This record gives sequence, structure tokens and C-alpha cells, in this order.
Amino acid sequence: MRQKRLFDAFFGVAVLAVMATFVRAAYFTPVEARQGPAQKIFYIHAPAAFVALYVAFGLMAVSSALYLWLRDEKLDRLAASSAEVGLVFTTVVLVTGPIWGRTVWGAWWTWDARLTLTLFLWLIIVGYLVLRSAVDDRALRARYAAVLAILAALLIPFIHLSVYLFRTLHPQPIVLKPSAPSLPPEMLVTFLMALASFALLFLAFLRARYRLATAQDVVTGADG
Amino acid sequence: MSAAGTTIPGTFGAALLIARKDLAVELRSRAAFLSAVVFALLAAAIFYFAWDPTAVPSIDLAPGVLWVIFTFSSLLGLNRSFAAEHADRALDGLLLAPVSREAIFLGKALSNFVFVVGVQLVAVPAVAILYNVPLDRAAWGIVGIGMLAAVGLVAVGTLFSAMAVNTRLAELLLPMLSLPFFVPIVMAAAQASARILNGRPYTDFAGWVRLLVAFDLVFVTACTLAYPYTIER
Amino acid sequence: MDPGVDAVVHAAALTRHFGRCRAVDRVTFSLFPGGCLAVFGPNGAGKTTLLRMLAGLLQPSEGSAQVGGVTLPGGASARATVGLISHHSMLYPALTARENVEFAAKLQGLPQPRQAAAHTLAALRVDSWADVPVRALSRGLQQRVSIARALVHGPKVVLLDEPFTGLDAVGSAALGDTLAELKNAAVGLILVTHHLQEGLAVATHVAVMRSGRFVRYESREAIEGDAYAEGYLELAAAAQ
Repeated sequence: MRQKRLFDAFFGVAVLAVMATFVRAAYFTPVEARQGPAQKIFYIHAPAAFVALYVAFGLMAVSSALYLWLRDEKLDRLAASSAEVGLVFTTVVLVTGPIWGRTVWGAWWTWDARLTLTLFLWLIIVGYLVLRSAVDDRALRARYAAVLAILAALLIPFIHLSVYLFRTLHPQPIVLKPSAPSLPPEMLVTFLMALASFALLFLAFLRARYRLATAQDVVTGADG
Repeated sequence: MSAAGTTIPGTFGAALLIARKDLAVELRSRAAFLSAVVFALLAAAIFYFAWDPTAVPSIDLAPGVLWVIFTFSSLLGLNRSFAAEHADRALDGLLLAPVSREAIFLGKALSNFVFVVGVQLVAVPAVAILYNVPLDRAAWGIVGIGMLAAVGLVAVGTLFSAMAVNTRLAELLLPMLSLPFFVPIVMAAAQASARILNGRPYTDFAGWVRLLVAFDLVFVTACTLAYPYTIER
Repeated sequence: MDPGVDAVVHAAALTRHFGRCRAVDRVTFSLFPGGCLAVFGPNGAGKTTLLRMLAGLLQPSEGSAQVGGVTLPGGASARATVGLISHHSMLYPALTARENVEFAAKLQGLPQPRQAAAHTLAALRVDSWADVPVRALSRGLQQRVSIARALVHGPKVVLLDEPFTGLDAVGSAALGDTLAELKNAAVGLILVTHHLQEGLAVATHVAVMRSGRFVRYESREAIEGDAYAEGYLELAAAAQ
């Protein structure tokens, strides 16, 4: 069977898109008044968070649910690949967040809603991957992972709600607005570009990881 | 010896039978229950010694300590829940019986609930005494919160212990998978108990109670429905 | 001929996939009350999978089977007509023999679980140890308690997965007697075992399973013990 290339033209396009966005963010986007140049880390932090939660985790949960219904191994591979790539994006969020916070506001961590949710997402994905590594039987592994992913999807709203309740009853001295809903036009365009290019990058990595997983399954004789 | 008069138990009847059997097994050795209780008392002591009494009054520390103890001592009990079925493939015996898979899950969850509440009934007075927390009427509120929290904790913990027992890293995996799910429960329980202990009106913590109730409803349903998928068919 | 009328187990092209692997591949046979089908075969041949399907633990992928009159997958009612005995005891070591068997009886919904348990324990001659915790019993006695657990509800079909494993001569003889009694009680037996002598002693039909298929299937009378044993060893060796 002809092996599909892991890193192909699509991947190249995605990388170029991300680079273009960075260039625009660094040189062609205005500097934010209050925060200064450090604010530009936002163009990595926020899109990565969006992709991690809505694209990576969403895909993980949906393909897990479909797997339990259809029992197609491809769906399990997709969920696992999505988890791995999603973990990278989640890590990026957790690294850029504190850097941004420390540089601009002087605090490494303030338990704000978005960042805390991302922390739990990170912990859940790690748990998912450890679970997968602890089960030897293919079918059992797929079923267990799928159940965990679906339950985790149910958990996320509760984490969000808990942190929201906690914060509204515990006003914090620093109010972070990492998702800065009202952006002036040039910043908004850069943000949207960042969002699109990160999504493309995620999909490119996902494709590569998925192909790798398929190849591994062929080698171990468990092709689905 | 067979067919005449046989009525296969329904889901709840079978769940009760299984729960009673589990509790009978636990009562024989009491090892898990005693471990959980000893852990709770030791943890209460360690938390007390680990903080500066001039900085924070003990009554403010108590709710947090109580629910942290609750979480980790429950894990001790949840671990053994499916371990007993794993040893001689007793779970196969349950699966061979003409009872639904949901009944097996509910029976296990019920016995875990009794275990967890049992540990709470020791831990709550112990913390109250050790931390000089006046209980009086607040005690009922704390017990109520505790039972609500126990429902959600047991639902998730029972399902994950069913899964963990079939993996290589069972003792590590159960806490690792369960703790993210315990966070909303512990947060809500601790915040609500703190306000109860401070004599705040119900409206001050109604949101947390509603969160607990919603969590319980969602996860008892989801875990009961998910359990059959963890068994090969 | 409609084997479904008289046969207590009837399988037609029964198949089970795991991914691309066919663990059980188009197995066909009929078992009548009082009959005993001995299934021999090397490890990994699919014997355990076959039994688990007939016990209602696994669903067939293709083909059909009727067990105790119920077509698979029959859910709870199918499981009520079957008893499965394996080399795992499926007992709770902390509980006594009586408690274990009573629990099984209650799960089966028997009207008088206590009496049924006592009766079954007595029939298997373990009633003197009824109130001893199972973990304190020898392997042979545990095996008998395990059999009692499987038989308390009077199943029409009893499936045995390598029950002779770990039994000494006394235990094996006792198990052989139990199987003979079950046959006399018109129960259908399917016995999976590596122990050719014990299997041939009690079987009415014999099959050899390899790679999921019945490569030999005939009645006991049609074969001669020693020649069969040699032929079987060749077959089993060929599969390695």
C-alpha cells in the first residue's frame, strides 16, 4: 500500500499561513496602548485556546461518540490523533498565558475562566492519553477512550460554570480580558487570520498524525 | 428446581441485591473502610499542623480540609469496588446472570455511596472536633451537601474504577481520571459548606447547590448509560 | 427435520469477528438433552469465544444459534437457561460457599434461594463446607462450589471451559461424576478441555476446533479413543 506522505503540500500551506500571520502581527498590527508590545502574544494565545477547545476537543468528543455508535476504528484513530495534537495546542496556551500575564500584569496565574478551563482540558487530555497507553486490547482501548472523551465533554461546561460562579463571588484584583471581545479593525483582522492559520496548522498536524496512526495499525495487523 | 415461580429481578431489585452483596463482602474485612477512616483522620491532623493558626482561623480552614479528605478517602473505597470482581472473574458471574448491565453499575454505585457516606459520618464530626467548629444546626446542612456531593462522586468514580481495573495502571489511573471530574463537586461542596458554617442565608450558596444537583443528574445518567459500553458485547 | 424442536443447543454457521480476525468461523452443530459435546483444540482456536457466545456474553457477528429455545442474542432470558463454568471460580473469596450460591440464586430470581442453594450444595457434596469462606477451601472444593453457583437455577445447558484445569485425581473424578449426573438429568453439556481422556470419557459427540472452525465433528461412538488421540495431537501440532 502506497504510504501517504505525512508532511505534504497542505502542511506547507498551513505553515506559510501561520508565518504570514506572525509577520503581520509583529510588523503590521498596531501596538496596544496599555499593554505594549507584549500584548502581541495574544495572537498566539487566543487562537491556540480556541483551536484546542473547540476544534481539537470537539473533534475528540464527536468522533468518540460516533465510534461508540458505528464501531469504525478510523473514528477511534481520529479521536486519538486529535487528542495528541490538541495537547500540543493546549500546552501552548498554558505556556503563553502565564508569560503574558507575568509580563503585562505581574502575576503568573490568576485563575481566570478561560485559562483555568484550559488547564483542566490539558489534564483531561493527558488522562485520556495515559488511559489509552494502559490498555493493550485495541477494541477495549477504543471503547474506554471514547467513554472518557464523552464524559469529559459533559464535564467541560461544569468546570466553566464552577469557575464562573467562583469568580463572580470572588472579585479578583486584576481583571484579565484575554479574549478581548472588542478589538479595533486591524487587530481583529490579525486575530482572525491567526485563528484561521492555527486551525489550518491543527488540521495539517492532525492529518499527519492520523496517517501515522493508520500506518501503525497496518503494521500491527489491526487495520480497520 | 428451576422455572416454576422464577421472577428475574428488575434493574433496581438486582442493583439492591448486588449492593447488599458488596456491603457484605466489605463488612467481612472492613479493611477498605478502616483505611479510609484512618486516612481521613491523619489528613485532618496533617492539615492542621501544616498551617499557621494566627493567620487563618480554623473554622475557615475546615470546609476545604473536609472536602479534600472526602475526595481522597473516597478514592480508597472506589478502588476496591471493582477489584473484588476482578480477582476470580466474579464479574463474569454477574454478567452471566439474567440482570441488566445498568443494574450491575447501579448496585456497585449504591454500595460505594454507602461506603462514602459512612466515611463522611466519621470525618465530619472528626473535623468539627479537631478544628473547633461549632456544628449545631449547621450539621444538617453539611450532611445534606455531603450526600449530594457523594452521589456525583460515586457515579463518576464507580464508572472509572470499572474501567481502571482492566488496565495496567489501575491505582494510578483511577485518581488521574476521576479528579478532574471531582473538581466541580468539591468546589461546590466546600463553598456551600463555608457559607453554611458562617450562618449565611440559603440564597448565598443556592447557586452551588444547584450546580451539585445538576452535576448529579447529568453524571448519574451518563455513567449508567456509559457502563454497558465498557463491557464487551 | 427441525433440530430447533428437540435440540437444546443448535448453532448454524455461528461466526464472531474481532476486527478482521474470525475467532469463531461458521460453526454448526446440534446438542440434544443428555448429550455432551467435547470440544478439543489448541489455544487460540476460539473455544472460549464460542462458549461465551452461547452463554450470552458475546453477540454473534453472523449466523444463528438457539440456546435453551431462545435465539441469540437473547438477553436476560437466554442467560437464565445457561450455566457457565470456567477455571476461574467466579466466587467472592470473602463470602462463604452458601452465601455465594445464594447470591447467584437470588440474581436468577429463584423463589426460594436459600433452599435452592442448600439443595445444590448438597447435590455436589460440599454442604459440610457450606459456611466456610471460599478462600479457605481447596481448589477442588472451590471448583465444586463454583459448579453449584452455575447449576443452582437448574439450567438446561451447561457450558464448561477447561474445568479440569488444576484439579487433582480426586477432583477430576468428582467432576466426571457430576457431568455424568447432569447428562442423566437431561442437561445438555458443552465441554471445552485439553484433557482428552476426561473429555472422551463423558462425551457423546466430539469436535476439534482450529482457527475458529470445527475441523472434525462426529459422534463419540464413531471414533476409537487411541487413534483419535494421536490424530488430535497431529492436528493440534499442525496449527502451531
